[in-house]
Amino acid sequence: MTRMMNPEKTKPRLARVRSSKTSICALLLLMLFVLAAGFAQWVAPRDPLKTSGQTLRAPSREFFFGTDDLGRDVFSGVVHGARTSITTGLTVALLSGLWGVLIGLIAGYAGGLWDDLLMRLTELFLIPPRFFMALVIAAIFGASHFTVIIILTITYWPFTARLVRAEVMSLKERSFVEAARAMGATPTRILLRQILPNALPLIVTQVILMIGGVILIEAGLDFIGLGDRNHISWGYMLHNGQHFIRDAWWMVVFPMLAVSLLVFALNVLGDALNRALDPRSRIEYLNKPV
Amino acid sequence: MLAGQSGDEKYYEFIRAKFGLDQPLTTQLWIYLSGVLRGDLGYSLGYQQPVLRVILERIPATLLLMLSAIFLSTTVGVVLGVEAARRENSFIDRAINTVALLGYSIPSFSIGLLLLIVFALHIGLFPAQNMSSANQELTGLSYLLDVLRHLALPAATLAIVQFAQVMRLTRTQMLTVLRENFITTARAKGLRERQVIYGHALRNALIPLVTILGSDFGTLLSGAVLVETVFAWPGLGRLLIDSIAMRDYPVLMGIFLMISISVAVANLCTDLVYSLLDPRVKYA
Repeated sequence: MTRMMNPEKTKPRLARVRSSKTSICALLLLMLFVLAAGFAQWVAPRDPLKTSGQTLRAPSREFFFGTDDLGRDVFSGVVHGARTSITTGLTVALLSGLWGVLIGLIAGYAGGLWDDLLMRLTELFLIPPRFFMALVIAAIFGASHFTVIIILTITYWPFTARLVRAEVMSLKERSFVEAARAMGATPTRILLRQILPNALPLIVTQVILMIGGVILIEAGLDFIGLGDRNHISWGYMLHNGQHFIRDAWWMVVFPMLAVSLLVFALNVLGDALNRALDPRSRIEYLNKPV
Repeated sequence: MLAGQSGDEKYYEFIRAKFGLDQPLTTQLWIYLSGVLRGDLGYSLGYQQPVLRVILERIPATLLLMLSAIFLSTTVGVVLGVEAARRENSFIDRAINTVALLGYSIPSFSIGLLLLIVFALHIGLFPAQNMSSANQELTGLSYLLDVLRHLALPAATLAIVQFAQVMRLTRTQMLTVLRENFITTARAKGLRERQVIYGHALRNALIPLVTILGSDFGTLLSGAVLVETVFAWPGLGRLLIDSIAMRDYPVLMGIFLMISISVAVANLCTDLVYSLLDPRVKYA
């Protein structure tokens, strides 16, 4: 059995996304951020954490985005901050995506007691607001880069799990799954070769929408002052900058623009994909987390 | 921690016994949980007061902030959503949509800082911090006006956070409802367009909005925490941040518990109101 991706059906959808000017702009913007994050050492002119005597300089040709209260270069901070945000966003989205897919596949396909058990567990994690859960765990156990990723993974997997479960439940009734079952395929094979490829576009779209949310929460934690102090991040720059807001607007405005533009690009792209996939999409309305 | 780094061993033991830290963890948990059921959330280490009293003192400020934000975001969001739906795919529709998506992408504290820079520091229209002016004694109407002036920026920030969601939902709902038969009937009866839109269509489109407002309660609370931090608004959010800074864990746990309960209650209320609004929904 080959994968049941129907080429006639998927192609025009993606083409529609590709031909939209807004989506292209969003994609270019996103690539800009990814490049900045990937080549941060070469793009940034200085070490973002290195202090100098030139404090609180306004943006100039020497310091594009000015310097902060300790003479650190804001432009280098913004570039390196992209790396922190994107790695956190991607790792959390991938980890919680994988875990959620696993739970969703099992619950949706097995049904019955397993379904009940796993879904009640999932709902338990959905009750407290994500940001508070992350905040409290970070406050008690301390927030390093690693713990932030773990915390956010714990708070995000239920969304994928619910989505995948619903999708699996509708897919498993389709005739191609029945055909595979009649041919004697094992449940694992059916799940991985028949159902998962068909659910994949939906999962990818949700993961893209999720990354934006994760980046916002991470920035929020850093803004409160609960983030990792060993990495520069946009949230930390905003946290620091708010004390100098009267004298040095550039300390706040540039990190703010960075985080907003990145999340905006991700949302535009996710939105376009979502609409192209299915106008009455099953993707749960992902609330803006903070 | 309480006893400092270098006290003598006897003092450490005294502190441990005083706060019950010499008991096994399960016993400590049992004491805490049975206290919670009796409405005793423990004793704040930082404020030297019962946690419940500390928390209750802060709730009105947060509630005031949230309610004004909900009021602002729903009125503006619904009107813009309706206008966007009436002109589907027009320039205005797309402009409103882009603004909404933008509002959806900017973190709340960023919006707060931006408003702070523009309106409080450069234009000087509104005060930047706190809930009321500290240097003068005000009573009656002037006190009310003073609080309102302080409320303007934080409430606007929080409203912007929620407005995008309200607007987008109203738009999609209106688009669905406007295609229904009873709208055609209303138009055929010769009703004015305004009455068709606001009298017939909107009433039906608004039902799902209740769900969003209810399920958004937690999100709004999270937003309130960050906004309160930016504007030094003396509510639950400030208390939460302060309790983290002071390592006042009883208060931290108490706030988390209160928030989880209030979110659960908000969800329940949403379901109940929904069944009142839409008679087709029945709960057994």
